[in-house]
Amino acid sequence: MSLSSEMLLLAQRTTMYPSSEQHAADAPYWFAETASSFAPTVDRVFYVIFWVSTVFFLIIVAAMVYLCIKYRRRPGVTSQPSPSHNTPLELFWSIVPSILLVWFFYEGAKGYFEMRIPRDDAEEIHVIAKKWNWQFIYPNGDTTSELHLVIDKPVKLIMESEDILHSLFISAFRQKMDVVPGRYTYLYIEPTKRGVFRLSCTEYCGDNHSDMVTWAHVHLSEAERHAETKWDPWDEKNRPWQSGERLVRIHCSGCHNIDGKRNIGPALNDIWGKEESVYNAAGQRRTITVDENYVRESILQPDVWIVEGFESPSKMQSFEGRLSNDDIRFLIAYLKYLKDPAKYDVELKDWMKEHGEGVDSEGVVAPANGPEPAGGATDDTNNSANQDQNSGETTSDSAGGDPVIE
Amino acid sequence: MATAEIRNELFGHADKQNYLTHSRGFLSWALTLDHKRIGIMYLVGVSAAMLLAGVFALVVRTHLWVNDGSLTGLSNAAYNQMFTLHGAIMVFAFIIPSIPAALGNFVLPMMLGAKDVAFPRLNLLSFYLWVFGTGFLLIALLNGGLDTGWTFYTPYSIETSSGVVYATFGAFILGFSSIFTGVNFLVTVNTMRARGMGWFKMPLFLWSLYATAIIQILATPVLGITLLLLIAERTLGVGIFDPVYGGDPVLFQHFFWFYSHPAVYIMILPGMGVISELIAVHAQKRIFGYSFIAFSSVAIALLGFLVWGHHMFTSGQSTVMNVIFSAITFTVAIPSAVKVFNWLSTLYKGSIALNTPMCFALSFIFLFGIGGLTGLFLATLNTDIHLHDTYFVVAHFHFVMVGGTLTALFGGLFHWWPKMFGRMYNDFLGRISCLLVFAGFNLTFFPQFVMGSRGMPRRYATYDPEFIPFHQWSTIGAFVLGLGVVLAYAVLVYAIFYGRKVTGNPYGAASLEWQSSSPPSFHNFEHKPVVDDPYGYEDWVYDEQLDSYVHREFADPGTVPERVPVAH
Repeated sequence: MSLSSEMLLLAQRTTMYPSSEQHAADAPYWFAETASSFAPTVDRVFYVIFWVSTVFFLIIVAAMVYLCIKYRRRPGVTSQPSPSHNTPLELFWSIVPSILLVWFFYEGAKGYFEMRIPRDDAEEIHVIAKKWNWQFIYPNGDTTSELHLVIDKPVKLIMESEDILHSLFISAFRQKMDVVPGRYTYLYIEPTKRGVFRLSCTEYCGDNHSDMVTWAHVHLSEAERHAETKWDPWDEKNRPWQSGERLVRIHCSGCHNIDGKRNIGPALNDIWGKEESVYNAAGQRRTITVDENYVRESILQPDVWIVEGFESPSKMQSFEGRLSNDDIRFLIAYLKYLKDPAKYDVELKDWMKEHGEGVDSEGVVAPANGPEPAGGATDDTNNSANQDQNSGETTSDSAGGDPVIE
Repeated sequence: MATAEIRNELFGHADKQNYLTHSRGFLSWALTLDHKRIGIMYLVGVSAAMLLAGVFALVVRTHLWVNDGSLTGLSNAAYNQMFTLHGAIMVFAFIIPSIPAALGNFVLPMMLGAKDVAFPRLNLLSFYLWVFGTGFLLIALLNGGLDTGWTFYTPYSIETSSGVVYATFGAFILGFSSIFTGVNFLVTVNTMRARGMGWFKMPLFLWSLYATAIIQILATPVLGITLLLLIAERTLGVGIFDPVYGGDPVLFQHFFWFYSHPAVYIMILPGMGVISELIAVHAQKRIFGYSFIAFSSVAIALLGFLVWGHHMFTSGQSTVMNVIFSAITFTVAIPSAVKVFNWLSTLYKGSIALNTPMCFALSFIFLFGIGGLTGLFLATLNTDIHLHDTYFVVAHFHFVMVGGTLTALFGGLFHWWPKMFGRMYNDFLGRISCLLVFAGFNLTFFPQFVMGSRGMPRRYATYDPEFIPFHQWSTIGAFVLGLGVVLAYAVLVYAIFYGRKVTGNPYGAASLEWQSSSPPSFHNFEHKPVVDDPYGYEDWVYDEQLDSYVHREFADPGTVPERVPVAH
């Protein structure tokens, strides 16, 4: 997409969403809107430090100004004797700030744990960052270029980079994490406010770093999200875990069973999330959890950490260069599926029963009133923008209301 | 010799030869081993680097006047080169060598009562390495440019086609320049103090330079190795940082910040040392809590080695590591706060001259105060997650690096200028320049705190219209700041040629460098300096005939007021 059309898109977005045109009226002075569960905590800690710092700073400046006026040089007046040190005083002004610093540290660390420990039921959305756009892949395999979330539904973004370092930052959520090539990082969010929020790359990534900006939409309901993203009709055969299952049959089933019995390698059906003791060629031992990063490493570099009970060097060959990043993502999805099939094996009709009356059998919402905007943007952008223009005013007032039904 | 003759000899007008007139011709400067001339050459060099990088900064600020970058018409890629060169030249070619190599070279041996540094040839070599290193940075500019940011983060620095190899090689050479200066100062302070000058009779500027030298020697080699590995990765593909070959890009960040965080203290510690001298001399007051300030310099130097991970809270390093690094980072705040409180207490019951050096020193306390306190937001984990890599960070480190180091450098230059060139600057215009720097600086960087916290990421060539007003204030401020810097230099340069001539000790300072003529002779001291209390201003009295302060021992007995003892 050319720069000018990006700018046009940006201009369009900002006029359509008052929240990002200027500082929101209900936002604290120092911050963007408060739209995630831990944003209030961050703001509170920020303001605690802000006011304590302000008081200290004013004392310092007031003392400085007072002393400079009172003791300014005057003819015939020399400096007066006074003690050149005072240990109790110096200890006092070393120790009192120290106590405050311990408090800041404690509050900051406590808030940080909240931001880093995802709830077990968090929806997992896969993020692929590359120069210079974002791709968001949902559990059903659907993909969008803007992030779509549902209010109060916790989400864990599992992020990978196709090229270099990026960093995902959503100011309204006060949350940020680098996206690092060659490994997965994760970012946890609990959105608490309906709206559209700026999502930017904050790790410098070359020429068009400043254009790597997109939007995070928070919807009132699953059905609204489904409608606004115009997701593809539910494909029963092409969910990520199903692709993973095919890959396992081709590449892995010779050595790995899925019936719980050990073969040449460990069984795969209950391996996800398990704590394992592992060792390496140097004889170091540690305990790991089988997570995205460990699975990735085991596929690409099977010899680095070997599960206790299996011999070194590993009999497994490296799949470096033979399995793509996408393949590995599918395999991970399959391992997660095997651990808890019920969670993933949802039929479309059941999903509809649970979530949406406004969704027809193909999963597409009935067209909303109003003209289709002109081209120049992605489908999902136009659609959601259009939806908001038509129904945003009324729905944002009635919490829990479903714009799709209108 | 009679006392009066010694008095004239020591403090009178220097019609005799000095280090500037000692020998003439280009080679007498280019091949000089005199620490004073090397200091002056460094000063010219780092000032040129600063003005060049300052021009880049103004280009950056002008570009950001409007949110779509249409004002300058620079492409995103060209903008990226501008901020990279601004950062790389400012950090490696200006701030790191500024106070130690320029002011320190001139002042350190004289404060010790020594004739020169311990290794004069190494000193000259250090200067030429600076010239070559900076040259390589400029060659990078001509060879496709540099667009990695001054941090050279992998893997982008491996794949971008610009002059990364030249620039990193330049920074590598500059690292050696810095190490040589550090070795020189360390040995000089250890071995060449005048007889009678114990460690606790040293002016605090020397303590801070000593602490700086320790960091320069211990941390800079890590940068050297890291940059060589980066060059090897680019040219040979050794696979240490490049994930394509199984390398770890985050490892580069660890190596880089293991140097570059301590380097932050290489930048600020000498500035703190300068401020300790300025406040004491121009308030004519013994520095309060000498040993607390001295040890806080050493404490900052040592703790500075343990906190590099706080640059990487969002890099994907483990949660536990982040918590540990956050905790250690807070400990660095204490020694910095102690210094500020001590400076303020020094003013108490002083006789405060609000001349140019003092104005810069007071600006320093104000700006460094903000710089230090905003560091607390970045040491605190959950607020840092939000603020990391936004303009808040940009504002924070400019308050420390520019509000701190640059202000201290100017204060120091005005303070020692009469000693360096034997002439006094125009104090009124000096104070105007200080006011412009102070006002321009605050206007430039204060709005950046707000926009950063509201979500403006750093290193953006174009941005959301929401931030336009903040950027415009900031740009106006940058030009005011630029004007202040140019005026300060103009006042200083004018003084070299047309300033009022001064004698040995115009301020009534008590450290040894003021016991020489101004400018000093080639050998620094005509007579062995009297080693006394570096903050004992009551021992110095003004002599009207000489228009200089003279030590009580040499003063005309008829005019000397009674000595007022100082409480301890």
